[in-house]
Amino acid sequence: MRRRGADATDSSQALGDGSLRAARLLPHLSSDLLSQVDQPLQILDIWRVLGCGVKVFSPSSWTKVFSLRKQVLCDVDSGKEFILCEYNRDADSYRSPWSNKYHPPLEDGPYPSSELRKLEIEANEVFSIYRDQYYEGGISSVYMWEDENEGFVACFLIKKDGSKTGHGRRGYLQEGSWDAYTCYRGRIYLPVTQLVESKNDGGSVGPDEEGITHYCLTSTVMLSLTTNDQSSGTFSLSGSIRRQMNMDLSIADGHLCNMGKMIEEMESKLRNSLDQVYFGKTKEMVCTLRPPAEVLPMRLPDS
Amino acid sequence: MADDGECGEVEMSDEQKKEIAKWFLLNSPAGEIQYVAKDLRSVLSDEDVYNEAASEAFPLYNKSHMICLEMPGTTGDVLVTSFSELDKNEYLDPRTAHVAIIDHVKQVCTEVRPAADEELPSAYVEEFRCAMDAEILKYVSEAYPKGVCSVYCINGKDAEGPGCDFEFAVVISAARHSPQNFCNGSWRSIWNIEFKDDMQMLEVRGRLQVGAHYFEEGNVQLDAKHECKDSTIFQSPEDCAISIANIIRHHETEYLTSLQASYSNLPDTTFKDLRRKLPVTRTLFPWHNTMQFSLSRDISKELGIGK
Repeated sequence: MRRRGADATDSSQALGDGSLRAARLLPHLSSDLLSQVDQPLQILDIWRVLGCGVKVFSPSSWTKVFSLRKQVLCDVDSGKEFILCEYNRDADSYRSPWSNKYHPPLEDGPYPSSELRKLEIEANEVFSIYRDQYYEGGISSVYMWEDENEGFVACFLIKKDGSKTGHGRRGYLQEGSWDAYTCYRGRIYLPVTQLVESKNDGGSVGPDEEGITHYCLTSTVMLSLTTNDQSSGTFSLSGSIRRQMNMDLSIADGHLCNMGKMIEEMESKLRNSLDQVYFGKTKEMVCTLRPPAEVLPMRLPDS
Repeated sequence: MADDGECGEVEMSDEQKKEIAKWFLLNSPAGEIQYVAKDLRSVLSDEDVYNEAASEAFPLYNKSHMICLEMPGTTGDVLVTSFSELDKNEYLDPRTAHVAIIDHVKQVCTEVRPAADEELPSAYVEEFRCAMDAEILKYVSEAYPKGVCSVYCINGKDAEGPGCDFEFAVVISAARHSPQNFCNGSWRSIWNIEFKDDMQMLEVRGRLQVGAHYFEEGNVQLDAKHECKDSTIFQSPEDCAISIANIIRHHETEYLTSLQASYSNLPDTTFKDLRRKLPVTRTLFPWHNTMQFSLSRDISKELGIGK
């Protein structure tokens, strides 16, 4: 069980300005909120937990704040960056997926077993290449831990700053950020040893009749983008969506391959959905407010 | 007193709760403040704190969103803006020369009275204002299916005749509230027109703000702003009105076009800076070939980063 941070409100900082304010409104619930769910909480979660049906908060302001908060640390050994979240936190320290060390150091923080750690290492390596291919920059981290049912839970995170001053290659964005985290919250029932062995063999272990594993993943994307120029002013889109996917797959290819394919499919779906459906609806709204017309009649002065 | 640094219970003063509640109200998207208010009220479970937050936040929100309220007993509407504010609950509608008394938190007009002479511009200024209002009404009815507008004299309203400067604020507001479709939006334009008598010029400055919020199983918002400038010569009231309306029409139409262009650029340019649709290889990521990738990582990195 992860310990609370010494400064309770500081842990809440991870939630973003809006969430912090929401959490503080109900102090007797805030400790529950932080420890109950294994996910970085957003304002939407807070409101759901508080029983409010309305999910209508303006995402632009909290998304901006969310991306300003300290979310990344540098690994002391390798100098590589890793993402901070509830999954690698204990008290006020965060475990690096590169060196497996807590920053700042902790005497007795929780660690994945050595076998799970092997899978975690490989997952980080492979996910980093995946990230490079799709995001052309950014930071990724994968965290895994054992759960009580002899399975494990894994979380894959990506953080991309697409602005001109960040990793935006084409220089279109004044500001831009994409934060995605995918969490396997379901139970992967195979004992870890079995799956790590099959991985090392390059996936050649034949599936037994329990060779089917159930994966349940929840993916959340939070993004914001802003363009700014003289002729068209400031144009800013921001928001978040979350979706779940359930699949039963053979372990023949190994957990990493299965989870990886699901993430890829999910992230692509989310990206397309955001682009076509969500952004599309806002565009539709603009055209409803003021329909593009052919040239409206110009009136000339009477004199 | 608040006890911030400690583990466990976080006690907050009423003042702090009020500030937070106020923040939520002020940041509600167009048309959504009542929903937010309802939820806040139940979360706070403290009527006094809620009422204080609401009484401070609602007026600011209403003016910023330029809400439009029916004036009972008349066929007119009043726009709640900083330009039309006579007193904290009193707003002028120059078109009908009425003053509306409103309840900010309930967002309704409770009473209407005729405007006093001192509250209205001089006859000289009113000629210009009235002509401007007629032209803007025409433009808004053509361009906005559900638009409202008004023209206020915000400076020099007592000017008696030529030789004096004065200034108008032209306000255009269109809102679409479709909560059953999980979508709300608003268009707000504020045009400042400075009538400069000595130079016989009109200086025009526009501030446009467009917002849209879609939240069906997700939560996405557009926030777009633009500023522009223009000028024209000082003419008769009717000719000034026509000139200015043409200027406004031109800039707003252009702005809509650039908004559409921004949207068209999204999939292949702006969004691509965040995440590509597919890797440069144009194939899905080969998860099963991970061993190969571990070994040849540098090569694949070069391929990935290549143009």
